[in-house]
Amino acid sequence: MFSPIGQIGRYTIEYTAATGRTFLFLLSAFAWAFRPPSRVRLIIHHIRTIGVESLSVVILSGVFTGMVMGLQGYYSLRKFNAENFLGSAVALGILRELGPVLSAFMVTGRTGSAMAAEIASMKVTEQIDALYSMAINPIQYLVSPRILAGLISMPLLTAIFDVVAIYGAFVVGVQLLGVSSGSYFAGMELSVVFKDVLSGFLKSVSFGLIITWICCYKGFHAPPMATGVGQATTESVVLCFVMILVWNYFMTSIML
Amino acid sequence: MIRVVDLHRAFGRQEVLKGINLELETGKITTIIGGSGSGKTVLLKHLNALLLPDRGGVLVDGKDITKLRETGLNEMRRKFGVLFQGAALLDSMTIFDNVAFPVREHLKLKEPEIEKKVNESLAQVGLAGMGYKYPAEVSGGMKKRAGLARALVTEPEIMLFDEPTTGLDPLLGKSIHQLIRKMHAKFNFTGAIVSHDIPEVFRISDRVALLANGSIIEAGSTEEFIASKNPVVRQFLQVDTEGPITVL
Repeated sequence: MFSPIGQIGRYTIEYTAATGRTFLFLLSAFAWAFRPPSRVRLIIHHIRTIGVESLSVVILSGVFTGMVMGLQGYYSLRKFNAENFLGSAVALGILRELGPVLSAFMVTGRTGSAMAAEIASMKVTEQIDALYSMAINPIQYLVSPRILAGLISMPLLTAIFDVVAIYGAFVVGVQLLGVSSGSYFAGMELSVVFKDVLSGFLKSVSFGLIITWICCYKGFHAPPMATGVGQATTESVVLCFVMILVWNYFMTSIML
Repeated sequence: MIRVVDLHRAFGRQEVLKGINLELETGKITTIIGGSGSGKTVLLKHLNALLLPDRGGVLVDGKDITKLRETGLNEMRRKFGVLFQGAALLDSMTIFDNVAFPVREHLKLKEPEIEKKVNESLAQVGLAGMGYKYPAEVSGGMKKRAGLARALVTEPEIMLFDEPTTGLDPLLGKSIHQLIRKMHAKFNFTGAIVSHDIPEVFRISDRVALLANGSIIEAGSTEEFIASKNPVVRQFLQVDTEGPITVL
């Protein structure tokens, strides 16, 4: 039996070792990404599953996020007779925060969970061992293409989310509530600078990395039993959500 | 020749392998038998370094594979074919693509040549014309045969079989044994089979080893093994719950 201090020490060592393993996993995935044979077909396949197949849910969430921002923004700004600033408020909020974060949440729920479940199921049914035994590195075959695809897909999905959300807010603010179209777009043009777009872009790239990295890691290290698949899926989704929010805070504080 | 030398492996505090010494002779099939949870699969997974030992080594053609780095290990693994307990077919691919997978990865062949090779391999295991199906669409026996076709398609020098007949009815089990014998006659691989299927598996074995309490209790030719007076071997062969091995 361990004393309380011993327990703390044990947890600290275990946590540090687990963190180290997670980072080594990522380093290994990057190292294998640039070693032959080239896995371009697999990368394209995963861009399709992460990007194209998440498009509908990203567009849908983008439209309604924009519409609710138009609605809330209009009634909040009207209290100060500032409804003409709706365009800039919506654009800044979406480009810098909501676009990257919400599209990352959608991709986590739609694709990240499936990714973790698929890899965990391969682990449980010895398919990963089969890859090793066929002299094929599973990190190179399963993980590296997914991470590269995540890095490519996430900024594109976020850009689409941004455009759709800004249009959603336009429909509510301008077409339903009567804000002038000119002031909506002029305000946006005046307040949005390149740094805002860059901030959103960098966030989306890092979220693409976080999602694919965590989901692949959790799937790859799933306990080798039937419940391991469910456990890996749940843990990966929860950890992705938390990591996205924490990392978003740090990125925002650095890029303000 | 594969030599397992003083192999130790523990999982947490549980020591599963306690100094295994075993030789798998070239071109012969060695069957490893033992009780459930005795560490047979763990031992098998050490033979191609899917698991690494805490101590000891596995010498394949004189090289200790537990000391090899990634590139050397991958080269060594290409000498092996493995039939996993559940076949371990990649479920996102058809049977054809599963069998073609190691060929596409390792042999620089053109697609028509790959197609010919894969179809031949599928025909050898009685799965001609079934390549278009996905693993989820075929029976357990067909999965095993597809796994065998995938393992043999690159004509490996060494084959590892992890409980090849588990979960199959006796007739299907016998047909898998016959298939292994037929493939052995054709490719002359060095084989290691982990099995519970006693005495049926003895018909295809040249040598038998009994693993109990973390070490090899007895190893020899099939005839010697069957004639052994070792009480552990006798208990195992007579399926006796009373004896030196505690069953429950």
